[in-house]
Amino acid sequence: MSAHTDVHAGHGHDEHGHGEHHEHDDGIGHVSLKGYMIGFVLAVLLTAVPFALVMSGGLKDPSATAFVILGFAAVQIVVHMVYFLHMNAKSEGGWNMLALIFTAVLVLITLSGSIWVMYHLNHNMMPALMDPRNLP
Amino acid sequence: MSDHPDLTKLIFGRLSWDAIPFHEPILLATFAAVLVGGLALLAVITKYRLWGYLWREWFTSIDHKKIGIMYMVLGLVMLLRGFADAIMMRLQQAISFGDNLGYLPPHHYDQVFTAHGVIMIFFVAMPIVTGLMNYVVPLQIGARDVAFPFLNNFSFWMTTAGAVLVMASLFVGEFARTGWLAYPPLSGILASPDVGVDYYIWSLQIAGVGTLLSGVNLLVTIIKMRAPGMKLMQMPVFTWTALCTNVLIIAAFPVLTAVLALLSMDRYLGTHMFTNELGGNAMMYVNLIWIWGHPEVYILILPMFGVFSEVVSTFARKRLFGYTSMVYATIVITVLAYLVWLHHFFTMGSGASVNSFFGITTMIISIPTGAKIFNWLFTMYRGRIHFELPMMWTVAFMVTFVIGGMTGVLLAVPPADFSLHNSLFLIAHFHNVIIGGVLFGAFAAINFWFPKAFGFKLDVFWGKCSFWLWVVGFYFAFMPLYVLGLMGVTRRISHFEDPSLQIWFQIAAFGAVLIALGIGAMLIQFVVSFLRRDKLRDVTGDPWNGRTLEWSTSSPPPAYNFAFTPVVHDGDAWWQMKQLGWQRPLSGFIDIHMPKNTGAGIILAGISTVLGFAMIWQMWLVAALAFVSLLAVAIGHTFNYNREYYIQAADVARVEAARTEALASHV
Repeated sequence: MSAHTDVHAGHGHDEHGHGEHHEHDDGIGHVSLKGYMIGFVLAVLLTAVPFALVMSGGLKDPSATAFVILGFAAVQIVVHMVYFLHMNAKSEGGWNMLALIFTAVLVLITLSGSIWVMYHLNHNMMPALMDPRNLP
Repeated sequence: MSDHPDLTKLIFGRLSWDAIPFHEPILLATFAAVLVGGLALLAVITKYRLWGYLWREWFTSIDHKKIGIMYMVLGLVMLLRGFADAIMMRLQQAISFGDNLGYLPPHHYDQVFTAHGVIMIFFVAMPIVTGLMNYVVPLQIGARDVAFPFLNNFSFWMTTAGAVLVMASLFVGEFARTGWLAYPPLSGILASPDVGVDYYIWSLQIAGVGTLLSGVNLLVTIIKMRAPGMKLMQMPVFTWTALCTNVLIIAAFPVLTAVLALLSMDRYLGTHMFTNELGGNAMMYVNLIWIWGHPEVYILILPMFGVFSEVVSTFARKRLFGYTSMVYATIVITVLAYLVWLHHFFTMGSGASVNSFFGITTMIISIPTGAKIFNWLFTMYRGRIHFELPMMWTVAFMVTFVIGGMTGVLLAVPPADFSLHNSLFLIAHFHNVIIGGVLFGAFAAINFWFPKAFGFKLDVFWGKCSFWLWVVGFYFAFMPLYVLGLMGVTRRISHFEDPSLQIWFQIAAFGAVLIALGIGAMLIQFVVSFLRRDKLRDVTGDPWNGRTLEWSTSSPPPAYNFAFTPVVHDGDAWWQMKQLGWQRPLSGFIDIHMPKNTGAGIILAGISTVLGFAMIWQMWLVAALAFVSLLAVAIGHTFNYNREYYIQAADVARVEAARTEALASHV
């Protein structure tokens, strides 16, 4: 049975060693300490700045703060995908990018569609509940 | 026991003897019949000492072919249950007029139509679709198994676990009385305090795990494991439709999981997502569940479009007309599937702009579908058509599906929908496309690939009986519903006052009886074919003169599928290999690396069933124990390094030599 275990362990090494010892054509980017450090520093910055904004009350308008935080969060997602998940336009032969675009389109359709639909439903079906003054 | 009421509550929750329907004679008789039949089956298995065989060769198998077959068996068994519900409703509606209240009280009738919908979609159509993809896709792309073989076994057993919970609701407690999508506030805790909706939620959540994982599995398989040389635009059309279906599964099923989780929170934790109080909005549930629900119907029909494409080009002996347009039509449908969900609730109160947007996108989706119909027709045009059973089902599909499609476009017009929504016209429409499309496709596929899976063809006489009974029965059963729907009869009604309607329901019930005979003929077809298997034997592995790689192996294929991975140069790879006079390699075999069977999948799914049952009945202690053991077994399984083995070259040579001998004796 030990032979099987060895086989398996070998596979484990393969998976971790992508791009370092073997010529794989699946296009996973070169993994380096430098890349992880850049990603880590960026991720810390993108977390710390919004925190500081809220703690110090830097922006007067709370909704402006909210939008800035959302912007930072969006950039944070991209940083994670690039530096930690090693995604780029070429990884996995372009499938990663295709899947990302498809997912983004679907999320956009789902969110904007739901908001649009629910806005209409609210407006048409619950006018009285929306405004207490309209109640009899 | 009375000393420890709290402990009893922790262990048994809401479950008590009251949950067993002793007072309902229909259920009790069914229960007795199932019990006797089940015990008889267990006795037969024990008598012939089949437990070890079943466990080793089937239950723990991670061979995609065996898992595919098990999915098909699950789908067909559940078809019997779902159809039993259907014929009960048809009988009730045919007799329940005026003073006659029929034999099903509304309380029971509501469970029957809910169970019918849930079972037919989730536990008949989905297993059959997944089973077909499981069996055929790896063979068509020249792979030896799917990308994650253990996950495949686990997915199957999770789907089965969901089915077991639905079946359990028949005899322990009751099922939901809400319709198959369980809209709140009816499915909320105030209107449905009993266990019915909880059975619904947990069976779908557990089965949903299986569906989602098998979607991931098959998608990765198609993208990463195609035979060398097989470019995307050289994949068989069935594989293309499977690819798009799995994309749809991965993108859509999480929405269902999320919306059911929110409903569970409303029911278990007292949140107000979909209630009428504290900012809850039931309309959001309807919106979200159809964001899953519309892609779901394309998940069901797209693989069948692939089946019809394979069948038509095989039996017309022609390359498929318009392969490229077929592929792009499939992709367009995949994307458009996400842009039409609101047509399921035009009448909920959206304004004209929203309704017209979704009405137009719905009408647009009929364009790629229509293109497919023309592609099949042009493939048949001037082909030398062989009217074998799969081809007959395909022709019946084309006629029936076009009718269903046209009534669908009619319903896509919002003003028309305002008078037809929730009517029997709608019921007739979606049965027209689901039976005419998905089920006819499933039967075409079963007749087409059965010889590949078992090495002998299905009996033609009983196949034709089943075909005609099903097709004629379908028209008798559902055309009257169009008429009734146009007259304004709504769905989910168990009693009528207007006697002039009765004749239409009686015609529909007659159609349902014909369908019952059709199902019976199909079962007889399986038995007769098994008994006559030596006469129906196919040793070539290519009984229909097929075009794609699955027909290049023996029937049934060896565990390793292909002794050597085929190299592909063109679409219709096997057809081209035959044209070029390809010879089977007879020597030079090497060891084949294969995944090993494991019982982890069935054990995890078994614990999940217990977990679901405990959550339904609020047996918190049992649920906690089940959850902990679920985690323990799942983590324990990751330490199982003994997962692969080699089929020795000598064994491969022996199997291939046997095939060579069989082929020689045949000619």
